[in-house]
Amino acid sequence: MLTNTPKLSRRSFVIGTAAVGGGLALGLNLPLGASVVRAQDGSPEITAWVVIRPDDTVVIRIARSEMGQGTLTGLAQMVAEELECDWTKVTTEYPTPGQSVKRKRVWGDFSTGGSRGIRMSHEYVRQGGATARTMLVQAAADAWNVPAAECSAAGSVITHRPTGRTTTYGKVAEAAARLTPPASVALKDPKDWKLIGKPVKRLDTLAKLTGAQVYGADLKLPGMLNAAIKDCPVFGGKVKSFEAAKVKGMRGVRHVVPVGDSAVAVVADTWWQAKTALDALPIVWDEGPHAQVSSTTIAETLKAGLDADQAFVNNRNGDARAAIAGAAKRIEAVYAYPFQNHAPMEPMNATARYTPERCEVWVPTQNGEAAFAATTAASGLPADRCEVYKINLGGGFGRRGAFHDYVTQAVLIAKQIPGTPVKLLWSREEDMLHGRYHPVMQARLTGGLDAGGKLTGLHIRLSGQSILTAVFPQMLKDGMDFLAFQGLHAKGDFAIGYSVPNLLVDHAMRNTHVPPGFWRGVNINQNAIFLECFMDELAHAAGQDALAFRRALMANHPKHLAVLNAVADRAGWGKPASPGVFRGLAQMMAFGSYVAACAEVSVSGGDKVKVQRIVCATDPGHVVNPAQVERQIAGSFVYGLSALFMEECTVKGGRMEQENFNTYDSMRIAQMPKVESIIMPSGGFWGGVGEPTICVAAPAVLNAFFSATGRRIRTFPLKNHGITLV
Amino acid sequence: MARLTINGRSIDLDVSPSMPLLWAIREEAGLTGTKYGCGIAQCGSCTVHLDGAAVRSCVVPVSAAVGKQVTTIEGLASGSTLHRVQQAWLDHEVPQCGYCQAGMIMAVAALLKDTPRPTDADIDAKITNICRCGTFQQVREAIHAAARA
Repeated sequence: MLTNTPKLSRRSFVIGTAAVGGGLALGLNLPLGASVVRAQDGSPEITAWVVIRPDDTVVIRIARSEMGQGTLTGLAQMVAEELECDWTKVTTEYPTPGQSVKRKRVWGDFSTGGSRGIRMSHEYVRQGGATARTMLVQAAADAWNVPAAECSAAGSVITHRPTGRTTTYGKVAEAAARLTPPASVALKDPKDWKLIGKPVKRLDTLAKLTGAQVYGADLKLPGMLNAAIKDCPVFGGKVKSFEAAKVKGMRGVRHVVPVGDSAVAVVADTWWQAKTALDALPIVWDEGPHAQVSSTTIAETLKAGLDADQAFVNNRNGDARAAIAGAAKRIEAVYAYPFQNHAPMEPMNATARYTPERCEVWVPTQNGEAAFAATTAASGLPADRCEVYKINLGGGFGRRGAFHDYVTQAVLIAKQIPGTPVKLLWSREEDMLHGRYHPVMQARLTGGLDAGGKLTGLHIRLSGQSILTAVFPQMLKDGMDFLAFQGLHAKGDFAIGYSVPNLLVDHAMRNTHVPPGFWRGVNINQNAIFLECFMDELAHAAGQDALAFRRALMANHPKHLAVLNAVADRAGWGKPASPGVFRGLAQMMAFGSYVAACAEVSVSGGDKVKVQRIVCATDPGHVVNPAQVERQIAGSFVYGLSALFMEECTVKGGRMEQENFNTYDSMRIAQMPKVESIIMPSGGFWGGVGEPTICVAAPAVLNAFFSATGRRIRTFPLKNHGITLV
Repeated sequence: MARLTINGRSIDLDVSPSMPLLWAIREEAGLTGTKYGCGIAQCGSCTVHLDGAAVRSCVVPVSAAVGKQVTTIEGLASGSTLHRVQQAWLDHEVPQCGYCQAGMIMAVAALLKDTPRPTDADIDAKITNICRCGTFQQVREAIHAAARA
């Protein structure tokens, strides 16, 4: 498999295993052609997306990052579909951000978050494949001196139909690479797809089974030193002093260095030596202005926002306040969602080598370009003297996308030891204390029912953190964070699936000193709980069936309704469940996909919850690899139910209290429900897969828990109520 | 100085006897397939075999491994023939990011050695590794497939 090559000392340079090999060279005007771009091994590039080797191997470039979600295989399927190549001869490689800069972003966006990998690049990657196929066919036609229209390609073989002559991609690649690319190419009609939509095997499994796959934490470079770091545990604090002399004599220790004004690193021969010395290093912190902040004070701030006059209005029709005031029945509920850490299995890490001439970084990242930006900023070197090599990720979930604080740290350490590669690896404790946390949010939902139990007005008041304000303030719209409303918008990729005659959705922004981030699913996680549990509350208050109550509001939202109906039908909604088993529903639209779930739970002793079965449906428009979609769905319930039952980061003294998995737990196999996926692409659009289904996990289970116990839980995680997942 | 036997090879390490076996394996023996996830025996990413039994190597001191056979993920296959657990993992496409999978596979290989045909309850009791990608559904399928192999 691919990943990227450090081009330190060219081909003599070997790292650890073959898993870090291959690589991409920018070989303009090299030996064999006037204008042919060549891969590092000399093979010609047909388009930026496709390199063909003489032995017919097809190298497909992947700009997005593979972190387990399967995007590498899916994107390769899309290029290969149009390329008409032999799938068994496909391999992949990552272009580097530095090459992207030099080639004016020929591979487009590298960002791998927001379930965008496929849905935002499906067109241009397919065009990259189609363009290459057109050029390969043209090259064969030219060699045979026949019209290209008489030739066709399949399985990397080009056939001249009238004569039956054949050749292969490998044989014509050199000539094809010299052709001027066609100005435009037609893409296949989806009904003609042969590879897209098929559950082909992932391209990257084997190395993960043998220990051969090199993750960022595993990287070894010649002469490399290892760093362990402690950043001030209170957000916004600084280092006052540290006593390097106390640990400098410890075994293996080479350097004790400040990192920015808030952190200290020990650099040693091995990481264990660095970590041992760091633990022994006396550090005095200046805890800064937030040392008195706690979860309690933050909750009070958010609570005040529920009643604030000022709020950003995102979705409004009719007059919700008047409708609710005049309603026959008024229902109100307040919910709260906690801070959560991404906690990918591989803690944050980055390896940097700095000289005044050049800075190189090897890092597991969801966004090579953002890592590159962090590298140039921290090194102070111009872009043409920096490079970033993406290494395999041990999970991302949003932590490794917009945030490259660990890259900045690694470069700042490496700058103090010029010429020596330094691998910075965070301890789990450091990872837990310095996350970019799922934002905290409270919500007050107020609904009005008429005498017939019909919903006449709904007000959803959100109060809490804005991710954009902290991370991308330039994206705010007149101060409003539109991401806060995911799943509650009037239209678009995050549209609400209900028509409410009088609706008001607004957000009282209440930011905290805790850095928020994009956590798998982002704001749909809490918004789905707010909306879908409250829909259940309204149905209950109206004395109606939860499915019937929803359906009455969904006539104008056929795709939302279709996935909801699908899970209800499969689960047998309306028919008796097994004794002791209770059902709950939820539906949402997120990241361009329509998703729904029906959970079946049993509850023993009032607080021990067994999730017996989840039926989950998704309509992402088009499906590239259903086997991988199924795995993303099943996995999303692990992430979503871990969050619901177990996960909370609490603030005390301005810092997080949870430092490891003993206090921040995650679901185990014994707690895993049986997940049945219904993948129902309706065509005509491209929705995301990695995130959307997480959000229906919690409300479906909460609604089933209510059915079982009559208890509405509105603050999370459930462990705070003594409720456990068994 | 400690003499360890890792994947059948003897290796003399000049390390403190209290160093966790995980770091001896990763940094002294250079075998990085065994992963660091938590350092406190919670997640199981560091699972290896000591005389065939699964242990969480982040909390096992090097001294406890002296005189025993240490097997890591790199030593599980027989030459180019995958262990049946690895083969089942390949057939069922279990890994997502893959970081926890070496530990998961080692834990399952030890389970099958003791319990050749585990029930779901056996699996629930013995396999307690954390996987944040959430591969458990495929893990369970693959365990049963490996048991049948």
